[in-house]
Amino acid sequence: MNFDLSDDQRLLEETVDNFLARECPMTRVREVFDGDTGYDETLWRGLAEMNVLGLHLPEEFGGAGLELLDLAVVAEVMGRRATPGPFFEHALAALAIDRAGSDDQRKTWLPRLASGDTRATFAIAESAGPRESWRPEEWQLGSARELSGEKRFVPYAKGADLIVVGLEGGDLGLVESAAAGLEIQRLDGLDRTRRLDVVRFDATPCEPLPQGARVSAQVIDAGLVLLAADAHGGGMACVEASVEYAKTREQFGVKIGSFQALKHQLADMAVEIHPTRGLVWYAAHAFDHLPLEAPAAAANAKAHLTDRFVDVARRSVEAHGGIGYTWDCDLQFWLKRSLFDWSILGDPPLHRRRSADLLGW
Amino acid sequence: MDLGYGSEYENYREQVRDFLRGHWPPAGASPDQVGAEQTRNFRRAAIDAGYLYRGIPRRYGGSEQQPDILAAQIIREEFSAARAPMELTGQGPQMVAPTLLEWGSEWQKDHFIRKAIEGEHVWCQGYSEPGAGSDLASLRTTGELRDGEWSIHGQKIWTTHWRRAHYMFALVRTEPEADKHAGISYLLLTMDQPGVEVRPLKQITGDSEFAEVFLDGARTPEDWIVGQRGEGWQVSRSLLRHERNMIGSADRSAGLFRSLLRLARKVQIDGRPAILDGQVREALANIHGYVETQRCSSYVQLTRELKGHDPGILPMLNKINDTHIGQEVAKLAQRLLGTESALAPRGQPEGTTSGNEKWTNQFMGSLGMAIAGGTSNIQRNIIAERGLGLPRDRAADREA
Repeated sequence: MNFDLSDDQRLLEETVDNFLARECPMTRVREVFDGDTGYDETLWRGLAEMNVLGLHLPEEFGGAGLELLDLAVVAEVMGRRATPGPFFEHALAALAIDRAGSDDQRKTWLPRLASGDTRATFAIAESAGPRESWRPEEWQLGSARELSGEKRFVPYAKGADLIVVGLEGGDLGLVESAAAGLEIQRLDGLDRTRRLDVVRFDATPCEPLPQGARVSAQVIDAGLVLLAADAHGGGMACVEASVEYAKTREQFGVKIGSFQALKHQLADMAVEIHPTRGLVWYAAHAFDHLPLEAPAAAANAKAHLTDRFVDVARRSVEAHGGIGYTWDCDLQFWLKRSLFDWSILGDPPLHRRRSADLLGW
Repeated sequence: MDLGYGSEYENYREQVRDFLRGHWPPAGASPDQVGAEQTRNFRRAAIDAGYLYRGIPRRYGGSEQQPDILAAQIIREEFSAARAPMELTGQGPQMVAPTLLEWGSEWQKDHFIRKAIEGEHVWCQGYSEPGAGSDLASLRTTGELRDGEWSIHGQKIWTTHWRRAHYMFALVRTEPEADKHAGISYLLLTMDQPGVEVRPLKQITGDSEFAEVFLDGARTPEDWIVGQRGEGWQVSRSLLRHERNMIGSADRSAGLFRSLLRLARKVQIDGRPAILDGQVREALANIHGYVETQRCSSYVQLTRELKGHDPGILPMLNKINDTHIGQEVAKLAQRLLGTESALAPRGQPEGTTSGNEKWTNQFMGSLGMAIAGGTSNIQRNIIAERGLGLPRDRAADREA
């Protein structure tokens, strides 16, 4: 029985955390948040140099040959520091190519994705009335070699060199950014640390990934785990910021953290978020080693963690009083991030219904 | 990450299974119909084999094993799978025995521990008083030493196991001049004596698990004090730790959730099992998220304990989270029961109901979880002050 991070994973966590503390302190997060692209080239290069982008890719293609759990460790740190820019969708695109691509496709793309020289994203959601179709069985974009249609809520399609696209029948295909008939429009997302685009295809050439239909659900599972990890990190940051504020802010001549009403609010936030780290680890571990349990564990982690994150982020604003409601307060990064984690790849109600199905209830 | 126990422990598991195959159920009995004598014999054999009362020395009736969290976990898993009896529950085995091991005199250990764990002596607790609940240390029951005996006056409340109890362990103010906490001693006394009067309390469920105990000149020998005079508060703190462990259990939450799933399969909504209803499924999955969180958090805590690492704030969060699960289960069960939620848990005329009304007992009991063994609000104070490092409560500061 050893349900904890390994020494190597702790070192990874510390390395990424130190790097982000240095290269992307909150002042830098704010600059990127307020900027036009939501992208920081220095940060991207830095992640690539630590081999964070290829953590889960085979060593023969320049990756580190590690697992989803290692990637989740990084995602948690990024959530905690509200790190802006592309990350999880790039990891998912690379995972899709690794698991579904031909030898040639893997040889062509994986080294460039691991090194960060090529940036990729993962485009799956289609419009279906008030709710998006996130699930492979719902995708309708034609699986011909030319695509016409639309994908929505695609993270950082603008600036990506390569798009892994979800196709009819749960298939996956590759579209390069220079391809004909490709149009990308930026949405005005709440979470400006992770930008979202609409991608339109008009007779756009697309190269299928041969094993796409077999692995698309797995790739999404990995995404659910990474968003859950981000949510844990973000939720922890909200609790820490609120506790710190309660220890310094004074009213009625005392630290507000000495008031029982606020203590109980903060305790309830800790109760919500602290124990969920194991749930993320379990889902990642299941993805890596317990394939039969993995889909339900991923759905459960995404549903539970992102609901908890939204909840804790809201309460942290309340615990800060008026200052928490300002644009200048850093809490807004996590509050908005929580809504991204909550909605992207499908909301908690969707994943709870899936989880009930997967558990055979 | 490795959720297995390793080959050494899997061998141990096989030993436990072999033992159970040979001993449980006893020859000629089904697990549901085992006599008291056979159960006693089984426990003795399990103690001899080193499976029960592992922390208690052989000379006091235990099996005196080196502490081994994984072995203990395997024993629990295998005994529970075989539906074999484990250690006795109740205040004697779970609170008095470990406390006397830590604080008791040689005579007290010899005299009380074996009989407590074998169930020959039944114990009850005399802590809370009408005026001393969450602020337990403000208790006012007095003990005065006269002619080699303690004479005890006062009133205790919320005493469980009162029906069968032979003995009480009580917190009593023996040093009236000392500070709040330093004036308390930990005394043992017999229940069957003229100065002890028990009045059952009828609780919200209609049962009477609790009683008030009036101590009006109850007497106990001078050397039935555990620890020194004025050390009672520290002695009792070791007890509360044991009790918190008893309540905060991820396993118990998982078991409760499985019962809820069975209810959802049994109850019908619109002519089909409720478990097929979309809203019910979502609500079940929501609770499942909390149940799984507790399961995984218990793996983290177990691992850190095995490695001797600090589990940090996590153990402080168990009771509130398990209470939350109990309350969410109660709310969903109420929805599933529908109109039968209006019925008392038992006593309905034969053939008039589905029998599911017994769930209203869990509805009530889930409220008890938020109160017993340290209320949820006291837990929140502990989390905030000890877990998050917020300033101590000013009232508590004045006293400590």
